[in-house]
Amino acid sequence: MAYVAVKGGEKAISHAHDWLAETRRGNPALPELEVDQIEQQLGLAVDRVMAEGACHDRGLAALAIKQAQGDLIEAAFLLRAYRTTLPRFGHAAPLDTATMRIRRRVSATYKDLPGGQVLGPTYDYTHRLLDFSLAAAGEAPPPAPQAAVAQPEALRVTELLAREGLMARDSESDAEPPDLTRQPLDFPASRAARLQNLARGDEGFLLGLGYSTQRGYGGNHPFVGEIRQGHVTVAFTPPELGFEIELGDILVTECQMVNQFHGSKAEPPQFTRGYGLVLGAGERKAMAMSLVDRALMAGELGEDRVAPAQDEEFVLLHSDNVEATGFVEHLKLPHYVDFQSELEVVRRMRATAIAEASSPAEKELAE
Amino acid sequence: MSHDPGYNFAYLDENTKRMIRRTLLKAVAIPGHQVPFGAREMPLPYGWGTGGIQVTAAILGPRDVLKVIDQGADDTTNAVSIRRFFNRVAGVATTTRTPEATVIQTRHRIPEATLTEQQILVYQVPMPEPLFRLEPRLTETRRMHALADYGLMHVKLYEDIARHGHVASAYNYPVMVQERYLMSPSPIPAFDNPKMHRMPALQLFGAGREKKIYAVPPYTAVRSLDFEDHPFRPHRADAPCTLCGSRTSYLDEVVTDDRGGRMFVCSDTDYCEDRQSTQAARGEQAA
Repeated sequence: MAYVAVKGGEKAISHAHDWLAETRRGNPALPELEVDQIEQQLGLAVDRVMAEGACHDRGLAALAIKQAQGDLIEAAFLLRAYRTTLPRFGHAAPLDTATMRIRRRVSATYKDLPGGQVLGPTYDYTHRLLDFSLAAAGEAPPPAPQAAVAQPEALRVTELLAREGLMARDSESDAEPPDLTRQPLDFPASRAARLQNLARGDEGFLLGLGYSTQRGYGGNHPFVGEIRQGHVTVAFTPPELGFEIELGDILVTECQMVNQFHGSKAEPPQFTRGYGLVLGAGERKAMAMSLVDRALMAGELGEDRVAPAQDEEFVLLHSDNVEATGFVEHLKLPHYVDFQSELEVVRRMRATAIAEASSPAEKELAE
Repeated sequence: MSHDPGYNFAYLDENTKRMIRRTLLKAVAIPGHQVPFGAREMPLPYGWGTGGIQVTAAILGPRDVLKVIDQGADDTTNAVSIRRFFNRVAGVATTTRTPEATVIQTRHRIPEATLTEQQILVYQVPMPEPLFRLEPRLTETRRMHALADYGLMHVKLYEDIARHGHVASAYNYPVMVQERYLMSPSPIPAFDNPKMHRMPALQLFGAGREKKIYAVPPYTAVRSLDFEDHPFRPHRADAPCTLCGSRTSYLDEVVTDDRGGRMFVCSDTDYCEDRQSTQAARGEQAA
């Protein structure tokens, strides 16, 4: 009987997973990808998975990419599900990106500035021509030439503006920042919660929203005050020690977008900043994040909130790709109970509509 | 049976369970009110029962007997997957028999058998906010709940009746709990709504992605919204179950061929199997 076909879910699941494992491995005649190779040679994928998986561990991110066959959202999900099992020790001291060991730093607002412009390992200015020489295994490229002197610490561009009073300073706070992995998002959200949400958010979603602000949906004439990328030290004060210890260095990308602000009753005309910070070398996301961050400040700055990117609930509740993918994909779960009740309703409504259409006179008489 | 030693009993750490239990206590104290909680990321995707799983994990004890259903059936793939998850991380006994279960996690159905005070029904909830199709903003709906301002929903039902002659919602049909909070019963068919009213079992609702928990304590009044001249009427397919002959259970329609052939079978597989075996036993006695 046909009905029997829906039984045996357990066996079907187990066989499907066997098939998945086989598909993941691909042709066994070819050598298996090593996690180290992914970590080294697919580094930007690893960075994205760490950022959206909200977990800084290159090895685990590379493993997740391997397990997910390169599906980066699936990989971020794997990393998140692992991360959530780890205990929370507390929060680190704020990263001091002014002391970053810079490997890339560009400003679009100044031709030259203290600390200089550093291009770093970038795809900018490469011609996007497929490099067929990479198709065959070859020699490793020779080491790139290095500057004779180490890159000095560089003051942040926004700090230069702030010292002149041209840039609004963000208020400092010693309050413990919210942790979105522990407390649900509440509205209106604090800036810290917003930035945390955006930092974990989907790159594609933020890119689209950031782009929309440039096309007139809530734009603010952004300039890249500065993008900097490099290593910063993470410091933490364990309560039982009572003094700060360094946990290690992480690679981050920071973007500070400088935006015109005409002033309001409370604030004189000045520049305002949109801020983006992501784990790894996710420059595109850091830029998009800083555009969206600035757009979300519309309410606080007394600007009209009319565009999607300025709508806090809309942005923050839809930015998380692990949440989004789960809910979109849950539509493939069985819904036949709901569908059955819809069927009954549509059939009843059709019967009523057809009866009314066929005998309008009788209906009038009846009334 | 023992659980996977690599994880704490029922997967969540004890602090998380305590946080969820506190949330549950608050939810029980304010029937129908959505209480925010720090939902964790689970190893199953959001939208696939993470809220229900967290609630179940928080209330499960080693001697509990767990039943998991999806669309009323124990053998749908996601129900199988969730049952296996708890089997692995909690090592609890599982069952498909409704009367034997102490905890029943469900998606989209309430079992046909009457539940008892000894049982807890855990619902998986995709969208806990009953007003979300009318007002997507949580800041707004929070205000509406605080003021018990549910005019918007009544207008929606009225418009349905004016346009179609009856309410067009067939599932996730809104209910009033203890005449105070408007609540989403989760996407169960409206047919199941009356079972929630003064149910002896505790009903817990978990929404993982939306990070909300709510509850209906035992014997609480749950009223499906309606009007005096348009009373709430639950519907089912007008047919008996092909397998057990039930004329009162909720039915799934199964398409049997491409020429319009179809049959109706109970959505609650345990109820259906129980009736079939009782009938078989009677048949043997008679023979």
